[in-house]
Amino acid sequence: MPKDIKRKDNGPDEITIGNTGRFLLITILLVAALMIGLIANVNIGSVSIDRGKVAVLVWQGVKYWTLNLFTRGRYAQELADVINSSVESRILFSIRLPRMLLAVLLGGALSISGYLLQVFFRNPIAGPFELGISSGAKMVVGITLIFIAKRVGNLSPLALILASFLGSILITCIVLLFSQKVSNMAMLLVIGIMVGYVCSAVTDFCITFADDHDIVNLTNWSMGSFSGSSWEHVATASVICLLGIVLACLLSKPIGAYALGENYAKSMGINVKLFRLLLILLSSVLSACVTAFAGPISFIGIAVPHITRTLMKTSKPIFIIPTVFLCGAAFCVFCDLLARTVLAPTELKIGTITAVFGAPVVIYMMVKRNQLMEV
Amino acid sequence: MENYFEVEGLTVGYDKKPLIKDITFGIDKGSILTLIGPNGSGKSTILKTITGQLAPLGGRVAVEGDDIFFWTAKQFAQRFAVVLTERIKPELVTCAEIVAMGRYPYTDLFGRLTDEDKAAVANALRMVHAMDLANRDFSTLSDGQRQRILLARAICQDPEVIVLDEPTAYLDIRHKIELLEILRRMAREKHVTVIMSLHEIDLAMKISDNIICVKGESIQAFGSPQEIIDTCSIEELYEIKNGSYDTLFGSVELVKPSGEPKIFIVAGGGHGIPFYRELQKRQIPFATGVLFSNDVDYQVARTLSDKVIVSPAFESAGEEKYKEALDMMLKCSTVIDAGTPCGSLNEMNSRLLEAARDNGIPVLTSLNKGGSIEKEMQ
Repeated sequence: MPKDIKRKDNGPDEITIGNTGRFLLITILLVAALMIGLIANVNIGSVSIDRGKVAVLVWQGVKYWTLNLFTRGRYAQELADVINSSVESRILFSIRLPRMLLAVLLGGALSISGYLLQVFFRNPIAGPFELGISSGAKMVVGITLIFIAKRVGNLSPLALILASFLGSILITCIVLLFSQKVSNMAMLLVIGIMVGYVCSAVTDFCITFADDHDIVNLTNWSMGSFSGSSWEHVATASVICLLGIVLACLLSKPIGAYALGENYAKSMGINVKLFRLLLILLSSVLSACVTAFAGPISFIGIAVPHITRTLMKTSKPIFIIPTVFLCGAAFCVFCDLLARTVLAPTELKIGTITAVFGAPVVIYMMVKRNQLMEV
Repeated sequence: MENYFEVEGLTVGYDKKPLIKDITFGIDKGSILTLIGPNGSGKSTILKTITGQLAPLGGRVAVEGDDIFFWTAKQFAQRFAVVLTERIKPELVTCAEIVAMGRYPYTDLFGRLTDEDKAAVANALRMVHAMDLANRDFSTLSDGQRQRILLARAICQDPEVIVLDEPTAYLDIRHKIELLEILRRMAREKHVTVIMSLHEIDLAMKISDNIICVKGESIQAFGSPQEIIDTCSIEELYEIKNGSYDTLFGSVELVKPSGEPKIFIVAGGGHGIPFYRELQKRQIPFATGVLFSNDVDYQVARTLSDKVIVSPAFESAGEEKYKEALDMMLKCSTVIDAGTPCGSLNEMNSRLLEAARDNGIPVLTSLNKGGSIEKEMQ
């Protein structure tokens, strides 16, 4: 492009695109919040564990686990010794740490899943729970647990995720069919909530006709909770969630362009059909993973991306995706902490807490956008 | 010799239903082509097809002899940029970020901008005089500013051909002129070929090198603005039944009053036009004269009245025309003196006014008092 004649413009000579300083600041703040949440989570509980002791135990645990990994099991004994050294260490390693890590991973994954849905519908009022997708996943997982687990015996986490994924995709397809008929996002949300009710009804129906011992785990799970997390869950979830966030980052360039609308995206060389398919698949896998391990969790998927965008004051995807993950993780860790401490020893389901904090955010968004006539 | 941008027997439409068939034309590099035609005539469909957003139903479109329908999406993006009619509403995006989207076909996997890309963004913003908007949130802009930013985005894509679908919609007249001036400069200085649709026929005539009239199953006309003025009736193109459109000046006149004239206006030299338009508003039929065929009053009078006494230009109006005007005037109940000065060529106008006074017909010099003319006529 030839140099233009210098004009007297009021604007700056140099243009800045993307506020890297703010991104770093918010990232540091979110990491700090997450750390505080993690430390609090480890310390607080029916048995409170001294902070110094936790640090030593975690350090030893990580050390022997890593050594064990690279020496093909030569340090298995030492690792077991650390874990079983005291009541506190057993609580730490077999209950609190896996639960906490799962909350981090799944909170982040759910937020990314919601974010991708919002990109897809080009509307910030969308989330996997709110569109009924989580309820669909719950329905299929419920049916699997009641009718198939009985015959097969123990189900692996991967099988649960697969069942959950099938449910997610099923409901996503239904919602997509409706989205072609209604252009109004508020209407689509209502449809999603209705579909969610139908799925819950089917799930309840199955539970009613199931044997008691089949549903012991199911009821606990379907309430939405991180209790009962194991290292096996953490391992599976971390692979899927981390892969998910990497893929989401790889999609960040088309995500930014897609915000200008389908036709502009096409004109810039994006294969819109493929891109939309990838968005939906990725979002479904992530929300399926969450539902498979912790049950349907409301409001995180819809509220966290909004909170993040407000904090960041930008919607540049390459900045937003990592911060949405961090923010979701921190949000979820604090919610889980509250869920198990507010009425201890009784544990609340996590949805109770997320709703208290998430619903006002969503209501605020709806009202604000309604004023702008852009729901 | 083949033109730079060549369309041959192109058929466009949705869902395999042809809308417009056999479109054939060719234009030069760096020229401006405008599509005009009524709403729903298929202007957008043609534009969508030549930008590869819609599959063609037949025919060929070639740029420098290269069939564009064989291009990959990326090739398209590097050679064609678009400005669409749809209103976009991205949230929390600055104008510079929107413009930088234009670099999409050139950046890496993560869309990182090199210094060269940033320079292109700044250049595009300067081109549309929007450097001061660079860090503003896009959603806070006015329609005129938004359109300029979207144009900057297209410029930033560094295309050979820029396609705009009704770029002047939602813009006020000042912004329309500014936008078209930017397009003109792009075409002249950077040899970017501009293809667009416009609703403003007058502007289309002034900005374009070539015009296509789109209507019905095929395009109605293709040619330079002068050829379009000579061959194509805008009234027919848009099916205007009552009003009229002057292609040369781009001026619109509304529905002509019908019936026998009740008022005679002695006019000429542009003095009659305000009276003609006022009587049109009140739907009172009138006669006027004696006008010369090159008078601006005549251009308006002929679209608003059936009884115009016109005399050939550049010579004195003969006695015959005076008689004709006198007969007409005597049938009217009121005469208006539009205030045209009388010289040697139109001396019969002053004779007409005298005759009116001699015959006791009231001669008014203004219509200002609301409804007074109607009272006068009764």
